[in-house]
Amino acid sequence: MQDPTSQSDRDIGNIEVKETTCYMCACRCGIKVTLRDGEIRYIEGNPKHPHNQGVICAKGSSGIMKQYSPARITKPLLRKPGAERGDSEFEEISWEKAFDIMAERLAKIRADDPKKFALCTGRDQMQALTGMFAKQFGTPNYSAHGGFCSVNMAAGMIYSIGGSFWEFGGPDLERAKLFVMFGTAEDHDSNPLKIHISKFKRHGGKFISINPIRSGYSAIADEWVPIKPGTDGALILAIIHQLIKQGLYDREFLVQYTNSAELVVTDEKRDDHGLFKRFEMHIEEGCFDPENKLWWDPAIDREISTHTPGVDPRLMGSFTLEDGTAVKPAFQLLKERVEEYTPEWAEGITGIPAEDIIRLAHEMGVTARDHQIELPIQWEDCWDNVHESVKGNPVAFHAMRGLAAHSNGFQSIRALSILMTLLGTIDRPGGFRHKAPFPRPIPPCPKPPNSEHGVQPNTPLDGMPLGWPAKPEDLFIDDKGEPVRLDKAFSWEYPLSVHGLMHNVITNAWRGDPYKIDTMLLFMANMAWNSSMNTVSVRDMLKDKDENGEYKIPFLIVCDAFQSETVAFADLVLPDTTYLERHDALSMLDRPISEYSGPVDAVRIPVVPPTGECKPFQEVLIELGSRLGLPAFVDKDGERKYRDYPDFITNYETSPGSGIGFLAGWRGTGGEKFLKGEPNPRQWEMYQKNGCVYHYELPKSYQYMRNWNKGYLNWARAHGMTRYAEPITIHLYSEPLQKFRLAAQGKTTGRQPPDRLRKRIEQNFDPLPFYSETLLSRLSNTQDYPLNALTQRPMAMYHSWDSLNAWLRQIHTHNYLFVNPLAAKPKGIEDGDWIWVESPTGKVRCMCRYSEAVEPGTVWTWNAIGKAPGAWGLSAKANESKKGFLLNHLIPEELPKCEAGDHLSNSDPVTGQAAWFDVRVKIYKADDAEPQETSPQFPMLKQLPGQKKRNGKWQSYFAGVFRKKEGIK
Amino acid sequence: MTQLALVIDLNVCVGCHACVTSCKQWNTSGWAGPLPDQRPYDEDPSGVFFNRVQTYEVGCYPNTETVHFPKSCLHCEDPPCVPVCPTGASYKREEDGIVLVDYDKCIGCKYCSWACPYGAREFDELGKVMKKCTLCVDRIYDKNLPEEERKPACVMACPTSARIFGDVHDADSEASRAIREQGGYQLQPEWGARPSNHYLPRRKQQIHISDDELVRADNPLRKEDEEPFDQQSETLDDVAW
Amino acid sequence: MHPAFSVIFLTTLIGIGQGLFLALFTGQVYSLAQLLPAQESQNFYALGGFVALVFLAGGLLASFFHLGHPERAWRAVTQWRTSWLSREVIVLPVFMGLVFLYVLIHFFGWTQPLFTVSDALPVDLSLIVGFLASIAAFVLFLSTAMIYASLKFLKEWYTPLTVVNFTFLGLASGFMFAAAFSAYEGIDLVAFFGTWAVIFTLISAITRFASLIRNRNLRHNFNLSSAIGVRHQTIRQQTQGFMGGSFNTREFFHHKSPFFVNSMRRIFLVLVFLVPVALIVASYFMQSAFLPMVAFAVQYIGLMAERWYFFAEAKHPQNQYYQAIS
Ligand SMILES: Nc1nc2c(c(=O)[nH]1)N[C@H]1C(S)=C(S)[C@@H](COP(=O)(O)OP(=O)(O)OC[C@H]3O[C@@H](n4cnc5c(=O)[nH]c(N)nc54)[C@H](O)[C@@H]3O)O[C@H]1N2
Ligand SMILES: Nc1nc2c(c(=O)[nH]1)N[C@H]1C(S)=C(S)[C@@H](COP(=O)(O)OP(=O)(O)OC[C@H]3O[C@@H](n4cnc5c(=O)[nH]c(N)nc54)[C@H](O)[C@@H]3O)O[C@H]1N2
Ligand code: SF4
Ligand code: SF4
Ligand code: SF4
Ligand code: SF4
Ligand code: SF4
Ligand SMILES: [Mo]
Repeated sequence: MQDPTSQSDRDIGNIEVKETTCYMCACRCGIKVTLRDGEIRYIEGNPKHPHNQGVICAKGSSGIMKQYSPARITKPLLRKPGAERGDSEFEEISWEKAFDIMAERLAKIRADDPKKFALCTGRDQMQALTGMFAKQFGTPNYSAHGGFCSVNMAAGMIYSIGGSFWEFGGPDLERAKLFVMFGTAEDHDSNPLKIHISKFKRHGGKFISINPIRSGYSAIADEWVPIKPGTDGALILAIIHQLIKQGLYDREFLVQYTNSAELVVTDEKRDDHGLFKRFEMHIEEGCFDPENKLWWDPAIDREISTHTPGVDPRLMGSFTLEDGTAVKPAFQLLKERVEEYTPEWAEGITGIPAEDIIRLAHEMGVTARDHQIELPIQWEDCWDNVHESVKGNPVAFHAMRGLAAHSNGFQSIRALSILMTLLGTIDRPGGFRHKAPFPRPIPPCPKPPNSEHGVQPNTPLDGMPLGWPAKPEDLFIDDKGEPVRLDKAFSWEYPLSVHGLMHNVITNAWRGDPYKIDTMLLFMANMAWNSSMNTVSVRDMLKDKDENGEYKIPFLIVCDAFQSETVAFADLVLPDTTYLERHDALSMLDRPISEYSGPVDAVRIPVVPPTGECKPFQEVLIELGSRLGLPAFVDKDGERKYRDYPDFITNYETSPGSGIGFLAGWRGTGGEKFLKGEPNPRQWEMYQKNGCVYHYELPKSYQYMRNWNKGYLNWARAHGMTRYAEPITIHLYSEPLQKFRLAAQGKTTGRQPPDRLRKRIEQNFDPLPFYSETLLSRLSNTQDYPLNALTQRPMAMYHSWDSLNAWLRQIHTHNYLFVNPLAAKPKGIEDGDWIWVESPTGKVRCMCRYSEAVEPGTVWTWNAIGKAPGAWGLSAKANESKKGFLLNHLIPEELPKCEAGDHLSNSDPVTGQAAWFDVRVKIYKADDAEPQETSPQFPMLKQLPGQKKRNGKWQSYFAGVFRKKEGIK
Repeated sequence: MTQLALVIDLNVCVGCHACVTSCKQWNTSGWAGPLPDQRPYDEDPSGVFFNRVQTYEVGCYPNTETVHFPKSCLHCEDPPCVPVCPTGASYKREEDGIVLVDYDKCIGCKYCSWACPYGAREFDELGKVMKKCTLCVDRIYDKNLPEEERKPACVMACPTSARIFGDVHDADSEASRAIREQGGYQLQPEWGARPSNHYLPRRKQQIHISDDELVRADNPLRKEDEEPFDQQSETLDDVAW
Repeated sequence: MHPAFSVIFLTTLIGIGQGLFLALFTGQVYSLAQLLPAQESQNFYALGGFVALVFLAGGLLASFFHLGHPERAWRAVTQWRTSWLSREVIVLPVFMGLVFLYVLIHFFGWTQPLFTVSDALPVDLSLIVGFLASIAAFVLFLSTAMIYASLKFLKEWYTPLTVVNFTFLGLASGFMFAAAFSAYEGIDLVAFFGTWAVIFTLISAITRFASLIRNRNLRHNFNLSSAIGVRHQTIRQQTQGFMGGSFNTREFFHHKSPFFVNSMRRIFLVLVFLVPVALIVASYFMQSAFLPMVAFAVQYIGLMAERWYFFAEAKHPQNQYYQAIS
């Protein structure tokens, strides 16, 4: 045999190495793709990439099996005449015909009532383009994954500190000494997080994981704190209680950089009760927090303008202003709020012993205080104070959907933001760090239209489809106070639903509440499966017909690259390319992959040609936009403006001459500018040369304290990242929330909620964080349904879309329900038994697996491993459909009827965040006589025209010869 | 004498399987490939992988440790799989200690796999020969690859750098140092195979806070005319005369 | 371990071949010593030897089914210095060659004495070849058994009893066949072979029983703790890292219930030892030519069960790593 060391891999066939960006998940790592004779030989991490620094994950390493998967759709398809939705009976059509069908239908809707077109995108990465298309079209009905994903995380933190975890900021593990992670299994920044957790542990930091389940990252935590789901708010508030009690907070930070010392009107009879006392001063209207507020100066024993040099104001106490107004510093209100939240109280709720809670608080407080970091970096704050160093308190936190995906998540996350603030860890070394374009004003500037008049035929939407309401006047409601959007976002039901409520669009459209629509376009969203709750019913809604025999949702377009469960329900299927076949811009206008050190954006450049007739969805939108004559896509004469998507990316500017486009790097005619500058015809080329990524590294003095860093804020304004260079004061106390509450209390003259929602708003729009049980637990019988059911992301699978992957599906080919033996044994359930899991919404038969690494009141499973039979290019006998199950069948998309309404979403009442993790279940043994397969079962999906069947016994991949052997074109 | 090996740090391995599939993709189209898959889109899919990541639960709730445990061929110094091979297909390279199979000589008798106590060999049922981790011998010497990439695929991939590659006979190598300083151990040394791959154990970091660290002179509560400790309780001042 | 049929056939069939040859040759030596009536070369020794060859060839053929690449089997002779498997691969054809020679010699009647030792023992070609073949037969027993007995962590096999059992079970089944063969041929050696068959069967019953008892009391010093090197009382595997099975889950475990495995043991104990002995004893009284043949057939079926059990019983430490999916 040939000596393995005398041959070179590169000598076999014709080798090319190309760089692009991975999209096996939303992390967006830089990759190098090696091709052998045009076939993918190897995909590895790009060592020069700032994001993943050369590493790659299990999914990224399996891109080959996605590219050549038999689940690929390769032709535009139209539902066969006579065939029913869901039957998966299609005929091939040409792209020309597909465009004709869409353009005709959409033009009519746009001329008539643009609301009747809903554009929904799943966990995609091109919301900058899809959102802009919706706005141009004029429909308010645009939603992306945020609402069912982690909008609580975004809203809870951005409304508090002007930035957030998720993709907007993160823990500085390079310098932290203590790292506390709440409810995170894998997250978006998965490779960077892994890199950093490992370094952190190697440097001797202590890592605490607070999670009902110990797996993945939590496995290597130095301490695991199993918590009852949905109770983190109680834990965090008790920690805050303890920190305040012990004086373990960073007083200087609170005074200078937060509204802790600012005086709040406490006279309940006043209309401005609960608002900051503001003095008159001409302030430019804008979306920033004017500094016309007051401190209490103990030296002169009266109020004084905030940030008056030399003043050390009171954080505590109760005062009367000169004009007789009773006020308290915001911090005093927080202190009063947490008085009742003792560790002993929290023990009963969270299941964590009080002594542990106290210890956790002390570890955080003492580490923050006694291990302060001081970097010799000079910087200047917004009040012209020059600081000789940057200080940091090395306690870092991270949190994700374990906090977010509960109906009390918004307030729990507010509490976490405040905990981080008390410790003085915001945008400081060793703590939380922002990623550009964050920090942004609290709340950020973009707003949705605030009335139904924002929606007009043949006219772009008057506002952003998604935005950040600051007060009731910003709500997107009609004259009667009812929602304008199909998903009821920005209505009184979910006022701060800044990412929409995609999880309710199908139910709402089906019911015709608030109205019926005509066409729904689903892009990259598997809504007939894992991104819907109550999936069995939602699938029925998709094929339900009205009295006239017409589908209740008349026309459904699905753009997908693979044969998902949702494709079967489409009237029109648009075959997308894979990430290796198309151009993409991972834009600063969406969720860039910025580093703490400065803005980063990235692109994809095709490394292989499209398969079959696949067409990038971006090209579809540009073609449609041009055909429909949407202003951004045509010139004055109505002629098509952009040749194709790359051309669009190069030349599009947010408004003529704005200098802001999708990509931030190499702007200006010769590529000499960044963030802002004229279009550069050679921009793609320059990205390609740099590994498809652009990283602007800020000067060190701009890298910290950015909420209040004068240099940074001016720089950000100069480069078009923010509109104002005003300080972004941390909202320990949230005035915007209080404004909604005042409206609910009838204390305002402006918009007020309908009566049924007054209590709900009053309770939930609390300017200070509070703990309440999750809505489903409050509204269902927790005696009958004693367990919380959770899902977790497996590291080696991305949502529903990796069962098509011959390598990854060997790792997770079906799923179990993990149950603590303490919960299973009393029910006579043995390890491996078939059991039923039942919620008030439905029941599922699955297999039980004992686990000692789960809190006994919790059961859980890997998310979206179970599949419908025949989907994803799998055979009828595939384990995914025989033994795998989907927990979503058990999760209601609406709450049980209650005084606040009959059809409220099972979501956070503030943000509309889908409360996936609130569901309560019971478990019991399946009868021995029952079939040993999962239930419910669904009809087998037929193969699609143009799909290559490969159910052979063997598949043997060897780059360079595989496609020829398998007959794939 | 050189003995190349992997040192796997269980203290940071999060069980992500990156090493599993990066190994698969490198090797399936490489010297050792293809690595075929059986019933790839059907019931019970199965295939040849040189590296697997397993998960163990240690202890009982709530004192449970979840341990992710990657395992590939350990490139034993005294590999029991080699002498039993009737054809000489299994061999240990003198120059670097890598244990390999010559697929042109292998008759597929599987005897070597019986002789491996670690379950590290994988039979290629399509090619009908025995395969196993090659320590990426076709990468680590490939002069056409940039020097810094001449490492096993799994090592390059691992996001937590839990996989250290090096010469465990060279006392100065990163691998040897890690073994020495972090208590690196071999699996089942009692079989005398002397595995070259080592594992680094879990370590626990703790924070100790003594009571006098909790209250300090500069306690910010003092600024609010509040005392950090309980005002109600008696003091000597109240009771002594 | 997973009992592969190819190996079950290989080891049992060549065992019979070896035993049968040894039986024939013992017969020849006995008749030389005039303890038994001399037999006709062609009909008895040549035919018997030929049948032994058929068994050996059958085993060889079965072994080819075990190989991924039988066309390269010749390579297996190269590692005789270290590999018992290689040694088996060498000795088996050598033995078959010698048996073949032995058959030829008898068939063509080249049995004129070449010389006489101590004036009493006329040595002919068949005696020399037979003697060499007998050595080869024992070396083959040793080689075959050592394939298993040399794997030190497969404790059920790692004992001299493995060699003893392979040898005596081979002898028992070979002599049993010789008895059946004599009965079939109507030759009055039935009692001779039958008696030895019973003796070997009884010896192997004792040794096999000894190994069963030994294995029952075996304490495996491997467990999950030593497998992954984590010192703790309670360790459970949560997942082996893949779900649809692999070579590691197929090759080293029988995937049968404990009931099935125990049944196999009981079956082989009855079929290999009890029934054949009873039948042979009965055949003495009943003078039946049929019973020895039945005895052989029953014993062979039992032997397959015995071999199945032999493999199934062995607990490979690698299985520690492949216990759970999730
Ligand atoms: N490999 C992989 N990576 C992914 C994805 C994927 O599908 N696969 N999906 C991506 C997407 S879209 C998202 S949104 C992110 C999500 O990233 P994560 O938020 O990390 O994802 P989840 O798996 O939902 O994890 C939720 C965690 O919260 C815990 N948890 C649940 N309830 C509670 C609670 O009440 N309190 C606490 N403390 N913990 C709780 C669960 O046990 C689980 O560990 O991951 C992204 N990354
Ligand atoms: N029970 C439960 N359900 C959940 C969650 C949970 O934690 N528990 N998490 C929720 C969260 S956070 C999210 S983000 C959602 C995700 O939900 P979705 O975004 O709906 O789910 P995905 O599985 O990511 O798949 C979207 C579709 O995109 C397709 N696709 C993949 N690549 C491409 C491509 O290049 N082009 C096109 N056009 N299509 C492509 C896939 O085939 C798939 O059909 O799931 C939610 N569902
Ligand atoms: S983390 Fe996501 S983007 Fe990064 S390599 Fe893995 S799949 Fe690709
Ligand atoms: S681990 Fe097994 S296969 Fe690898 S060298 Fe050691 S004995 Fe041989
Ligand atoms: S399977 Fe191949 S490598 Fe293993 S012992 Fe047999 S011939 Fe040698
Ligand atoms: S060294 Fe190479 S062959 Fe071995 S496990 Fe790692 S990637 Fe696989
Ligand atoms: S790649 Fe690294 S962290 Fe991931 S499973 Fe393998 S060794 Fe562990
Ligand atoms: Mo998500």
